[in-house]
Formats: sequence, structure tokens, C-alpha cells
Amino acid sequence: MTNKLNTLTLAEYLAGITEKRFTAAEVQQAVHSEIAAKNSQFNIYLQVSDTQDAAPSDLPLAAAPIAIKDNILTKGTVTTASSKLLEAFNPPYSATIIDKLHSAGASVVGKTNLDAWAHGSSTETSDFGRTLNPRNPDYLPGGSSGGSAAAVAADLCIAAIGTETAGSIRQPAAWCGTVGFKPTYGRVSRYGIVAMASSTDSPGPITKTVEDSAIVLNHIAGHDPLDSTTVPVPVPDYTSYLGKSIKGLRIGLLYQDVAGLEAVNEKIEDAARELERLGAVVTTSKALDPHFAISVYTIAQRAEVSSNLARFDGIRFGHDRTYFAAEAKRRIMLGTYTLAKGYAEKYYLTAQKVRTLFMQDYERLFVDYDLLIHPTSPGFAKKIGATEGASMFGELEDMLAEPSSVTGLPGVSVPCYRNEKTNLFLGLNIIAPRFREDLLFSAADAYEKATGWNTWRTP
Amino acid sequence: MSTAQSYQLVCGLEIHAELKTASKMFCGCKNDPFHAPQPNCYTCPVCLGLPGALPVANKRAIEWTIKLGLALGCKINLFSKFDRKHYYYPDLPKGYQISQYDIPFCADGVLETSEGPVRITRIHLEEDTGKLLHKTIDGQQVSLIDFNRSSVPLVEIVSEPDIRSPQQAKEYAKKIREILRALDIADCDMEQGGMRLEANTSLKESDAAELPKYKVEVKNINSFRFLEQAIAYEITRQTVLLTGRTTPAQETRGFNPEKVETFSQRAKESAEDYRYFPDPDLPPLRFTSEQIEVWRTELPELPAQRVHRWMETFHLERRFAESLSGNREQAIIIDELFVQASKLDCNLNKLAAAIENKRIAVPESKNEVAVVLETYLTTLQTNTVDSTAITPIITQVLADNPDLVTKYTSGQKQVIGFLMGQVLRQLTDKPDPKELQNLIVSILQQGN
Repeated sequence: MTNKLNTLTLAEYLAGITEKRFTAAEVQQAVHSEIAAKNSQFNIYLQVSDTQDAAPSDLPLAAAPIAIKDNILTKGTVTTASSKLLEAFNPPYSATIIDKLHSAGASVVGKTNLDAWAHGSSTETSDFGRTLNPRNPDYLPGGSSGGSAAAVAADLCIAAIGTETAGSIRQPAAWCGTVGFKPTYGRVSRYGIVAMASSTDSPGPITKTVEDSAIVLNHIAGHDPLDSTTVPVPVPDYTSYLGKSIKGLRIGLLYQDVAGLEAVNEKIEDAARELERLGAVVTTSKALDPHFAISVYTIAQRAEVSSNLARFDGIRFGHDRTYFAAEAKRRIMLGTYTLAKGYAEKYYLTAQKVRTLFMQDYERLFVDYDLLIHPTSPGFAKKIGATEGASMFGELEDMLAEPSSVTGLPGVSVPCYRNEKTNLFLGLNIIAPRFREDLLFSAADAYEKATGWNTWRTP
Repeated sequence: MSTAQSYQLVCGLEIHAELKTASKMFCGCKNDPFHAPQPNCYTCPVCLGLPGALPVANKRAIEWTIKLGLALGCKINLFSKFDRKHYYYPDLPKGYQISQYDIPFCADGVLETSEGPVRITRIHLEEDTGKLLHKTIDGQQVSLIDFNRSSVPLVEIVSEPDIRSPQQAKEYAKKIREILRALDIADCDMEQGGMRLEANTSLKESDAAELPKYKVEVKNINSFRFLEQAIAYEITRQTVLLTGRTTPAQETRGFNPEKVETFSQRAKESAEDYRYFPDPDLPPLRFTSEQIEVWRTELPELPAQRVHRWMETFHLERRFAESLSGNREQAIIIDELFVQASKLDCNLNKLAAAIENKRIAVPESKNEVAVVLETYLTTLQTNTVDSTAITPIITQVLADNPDLVTKYTSGQKQVIGFLMGQVLRQLTDKPDPKELQNLIVSILQQGN
């Protein structure tokens, strides 16, 4: 039986190491035992590292065991992006965020499963089998960072890193009942992450608590001279925004009028009332219909995907292009089409213009509001098999996340409801203006502490 | 019988030049593919197109491209960007080339030639590809890829089809190279592919107003002579076709220097679809006009400007001004020579002639200019030959060199040079060379 050290939050872990209540090795041991017990059923990790000598504990992350999504390159360990095409790809370099985590003393537990190439919102389209939702194994964990979210939910790590192109951090976090934090586009370096849609990809933490996300973000955020799209905005201490009062904060409640969200909107209303009890001023507001974001995202993303996957030319990396599974092929074909001569103006260019309309819509909203809230996902986690034959599954599921993803805004999902029968969760999505992660941390932290939905916080 | 239709060449050139920045266009790797000690040693995830790698633009390459545009009279786009150009080839690791599509850094310039101005449509910046080497290893034919050249900065200069003769094409290309070297941004070593020429050629009836509806692209020309020959060949080939009422096929042709012919490589019915879109990994660039003006002031004197200045300031004849300003390093020293000579009472056109005829060697550095000038001026201020004083010296020299005397009288007139040198050695006041030579010759002839 495990000594339950694997159920520690990152903050608890770091405090315990400092106070010498346990050692890094003991926690690693607990994590690895749990992995041995659970991983084959849930298929969360594609690869697990050997237990290592714990890094010197005077480094800030003190050998904390972190799970890494397998589209993030780790030098010396095969990195597959959950595609058979890369099953033999051993990268000669690590992503910048991996180097940063290593310098901070973190320890990589293993590489987690994802929808192949991050194309998906379920982790069911991985070439290495689906991941199951630890809250209820009849259901999917969401995606594309389903493995990382499940690793957190199942306490098979202390914290995890995912990536989001449109919902891929926040949605699996919501489905698995964890915290998922997508930073502003350009806040965290993409160097060394298998590119999906270059103009929206954002790596970020998936964690047990809001505090843990702040700790992780402190270490991975920052300008990277190797990534031209990162911004030299200074990185504050994000943990300094925790425990702050949100009195007077103006919050706009969106999408109450969108069809099909009736079941979840009721719970979001409850969350809004909770925020009001904490002192915020919450009013319902109207935003550009998120259905339009589906087209914007579908076209822009597939165009960039078709381009980013061109480098897998069959000459290098071990396998040729026949190893792309059906979803990847669909996206490459569609993306190629929308960039083709005679069509690029009609599709790609138009999508980019509508993208600007979304940016303007948010600018308008952020005059009257400091933050915006809405459901992370249109519903609870779906049953396994739900994505079969549903080629636009992801885009429809992620409709609510797409507007903030394509406009590069930061957003966080925190659990806001649990169904007792199914043990499945709903997530509250909070969005802030660019580089206002501080507001997100303050609001999300206040909400998390005041409500009982977080399963790691004693109520 | 109708008179033969006369056709006129309609030709535009596309010139690619590798910029000699210290590092590559989108990564920090060393930019030195020609001198790399082995293949694939100047590489990194970025120029290898590994998953997850991202480009970072080389600032200096951009600055140099804009300076090239200024030197060629272009307008500079204050908003510009990089675009992805997609096609498949083994030497293109990302499956796309980062280039510029619709908003290049520079546009609408012009270069003057002796046959008229050639307008420059655009100048843009892109990355070079790797290099393929075809070999036979263990009896198998293989293609090897060397990525040392991958992502080296490449500037592309596209002209309007204003060129009307093979000679003008050569002059244009040579002048472009002069400017690139004057700016010190490219070595343009054509043998190594540091500068590559492509000609788009077609013919129109001399009295026709519109451009022809076809064009033939001739690629992989790596010398100015081949450029001239290739275009001349195309004029002949296309004339024959057009005279026979056949429109030449729209295609790409290569040039065979041994046969001095172009040959068909690939039919081009329509332009390939590169599916251009702005590269999302590289934010667009914005310049201010102040910044552009600062760069303009940093331009060195260009060959055309120097020619103009020499003609205006030194009253040099155009033919001397043009022939002496071609080589940049030499021109700077010759300029110093003129500057100093103009302060003394010296006929600069005569000086220029002397340089051209190699009666004066261009000094290696500016420091030597004063000495060379002095020597030259001294040779001008020659005393007339004092035959009484010099004759004994000449006689002695001839007596000391009987074999040379024999050679001279038997027809080897060139030995006079050596004899002259021997005489001059013994003279402090140097006489006029021509007069001295005449004196020696007359003494030699007397001796017979």
C-alpha cells in the first residue's frame, strides 16, 4: 500500500521537504508504486522514467515529480506525440520549459498520453490506446492533454505540464476535476514542443490546486530568445496573487444564451453567486457567438497543422507518412485545401479576419469587466467510444475555449461541480486580458478555497 | 515574300546572393558552408527542421537587405513579414522555406546600364536549402544531404523584363555583384553558388506593345559568360520557333556549357502552388522612416556614385572612371591617388591612363599612395637625355652583356628592357624612358 505521499499537492510537497517531514526519494517511491498499480488500467503514461537520485533539495522544485505531456521534447527519452510515426524518435535536445524545470530541480516522472499530435479533445485518438478518466473509468479524460490531467487526478504525479491549442489544457482538467491553467500566448516558450497550431499553442500547468499552478508557472514562464513569439514581459511571483480579496472585481458571465448549455449553465450560475459572495460584481453579458470560433479555429489550425507536419517527410525520424493515423491525415488534407490557390482567400484569410473580430469583442468586454467566466466544457466527460466516427468532435467540444485560445488570452479552469452518481466534474473557465494571469490566480484561488469542489483541499 | 519579322528580347533576371552574416538566417549556427570542415557540422534543431524547433530572424541580414534596397533605389516597406513557402524536396527540412511573399522588404528600384535602366521589381530575404550530393556507395546510387547550407540568408533580387540584350544582362548582373561587394554584404562567389543567376526570356515582335504571352526560364547559370551565351542561344532558338509560327513552350531550361545550349528540364504550365501564408512563428516587422534614413546614411559610396564623382570632381573621362571603379578595394586606393594628385599639378586623365596601361601599379594600401605618386611624377619631370653623359654608361652596359647584344641584333628586341634597367640603375636623374630607349637602340645599331 502506498503511504499516500503521492497525493500531496506541490505546495505541500515543497513545505514537507523543507521541514524534513519526508524525503524526495520517499515521495518518488510512492508515486512509482501508484503508477505500477494503476497505469496499465488507465494508460496514462507512455513512458515512465527510472526512479532517479533525487536532485539536490535546495533547488526550488526540490525533485518534485512532474508528469510531462509527450509532445514536449525530452532529450534522451523517446518523444512520440502519441504517434506511431515518432515511436522511435529520440530527440537530441529538450524543450526550453524542460530545461527550466530541470534547472529549478524538478524531476520528470514520465511522458503522458495525448491525442496523437495533439489533434483531439479526448485522448481517445492516441496511436497508443485511449486513456481512461481516473474519476470514472467508463469515461474519457478529455484532451489533448488527457494523460497529464489523468496523471494529476490519479495522483500519479505531484503536478503535470500540458499544452493547449484550443482547450487542450482546460478541458481535460475540467473533465478530470483538476486545475488547468493556460497562460497568455507568448508567456511560456514553445521551443521544443511539437508544433500543432503555431499561433495558439501554449504550454501550461495542470495541477491539483490553483496554488500549484502558480508555483509551476513561476518556473516555466518567461521570454525565450529561441522563441520569437515569447514576450519580454517580466515574470512576477505568481504566488503573491494568492489569498487576495476579490472584492469589487467586475466579472462578466458569458454564453448564458448559447443553445445546448442549459445543464451546465445552471452550475455556472451557482459559481457566479459564489464569486459574488466573495465580493465580486458579476453580471451577465453578451459576447460574439462562440460557434463562429469553431470555423476560425478549424481553418486556421488545420492550415498550420498541414504546414507544421510537412517536416515529417519520410526521410528522417524513423517512419514515413503512412504512419499518420486517420485524424492527422484528415487535418493535413483539410489544411492543405484551405491554403490552396483559389481557396486561401476564401478560407484562411477570412478565418484570420474573423479572428480579429473576436479580439475586438474581448477588448470591448474588458472595458467593462476585469474577468470573464463561462463553462469550460458544454458538458461532463463523455463515455469511452464517443469520438469514434465523430471527426469534428474536438472542435465542437472545445467551442467554448476556442475564442480565448485563438485570441491568445490566458484562462484557467477550476472544478465547480461534481456529480455524486458518476463522480464526474464540471469546470469553471475564467478568462483575463493578456498578461493578467495575476487576476486569474486571485479569483481562481479565492473560489477554490471558498468552495468544496477541489478534492485535495480539505473543506 | 514578306520580310523576316524582327524580334526583340524581353528578359528579366532573378539573382540570389548568399549574405555573409556570421550566423545563419534563423538560428545561431555558423554561416560558412563553403569552408565547413565536414558535412552537417554547422547545424542545430532549427536549421535541421527538427520537431519543436522555432526560427529567430537574423537582424543583420534584414538590415543588409534593406541597405541593398536603398542602394538600388527601392522603396522600403515599413511593414513587412516572413511567409512560409511550401514544397517538398529532401534538402528542405521543414517542408517549407521561410521566405517573403506579398510584402517584401524592398520594391520598385532601378539599376542604370549602358543600354538603359533596368527596373527592379522587388528584393526579399529568405533562407537557403541544404545541399544534395549524389554518390555511389557500395555500388548503390545514393543522395546525401548536407545541411551546413540550410537556412543561410539568401537575398533575392527580381528585375522587370527590361533587359534587351545578352550583353545588357551580363552588365546588369555584374553591376549587381559590384554593389553587393561594395556594401560588403556578400562575396558572390559564383563557382560556390554564392551568387546564382536565373533568366526569364521571351521574344516579342519589335513593334508589339504588349509583352509576350510565354516565358522561358533558364536556371542554374553560374557565370556571367554562360549567362550571355544562354540568353543568346535562347534568342536564336525562340526566333526559329516563332518564325515557324510556334510559340515556345513555357518551361524551365538548364544550360549546358560544353554544348553552349539550353535544354528542357521541366514544363511549367502554371505556377506551382506554394500555399503561402504568414509564418506564425515570426512576428511581423515594423520599421520607422527615421530608422531607414539612418541606414541610408551608413551606405558606403557605390560604384555608380564614384564614377559620377570622379567625372565631376576630377574631370575624369567616363571610360577611365568606369573601368577603374569596378574593383572596390582598388577603387578606394585609386581614389586616394586622385585626391593627392589633384592637389599637385597633375593631369588626372594621363594618370588614369597610366594606371590602366599598368605603367603604374596600384599600391596595396593607402599608405603607399604618396610614394607611388612621387615616383610617377618624377618620371614625368624627366630631363632630356644628356647623351654625352649617358653614352659611356650605355656603352659599358653593352660591353658587359655581349650575349644580350647578340640576342637583340638577331631579333629578340625585348632584351632592351633589361639593358635599360641596367642603365637606369646607374643614373640618379632618371631620363625619359622613351628617349633613353631610342638612345640605346641607336648605339646598338651603330655597333653593327
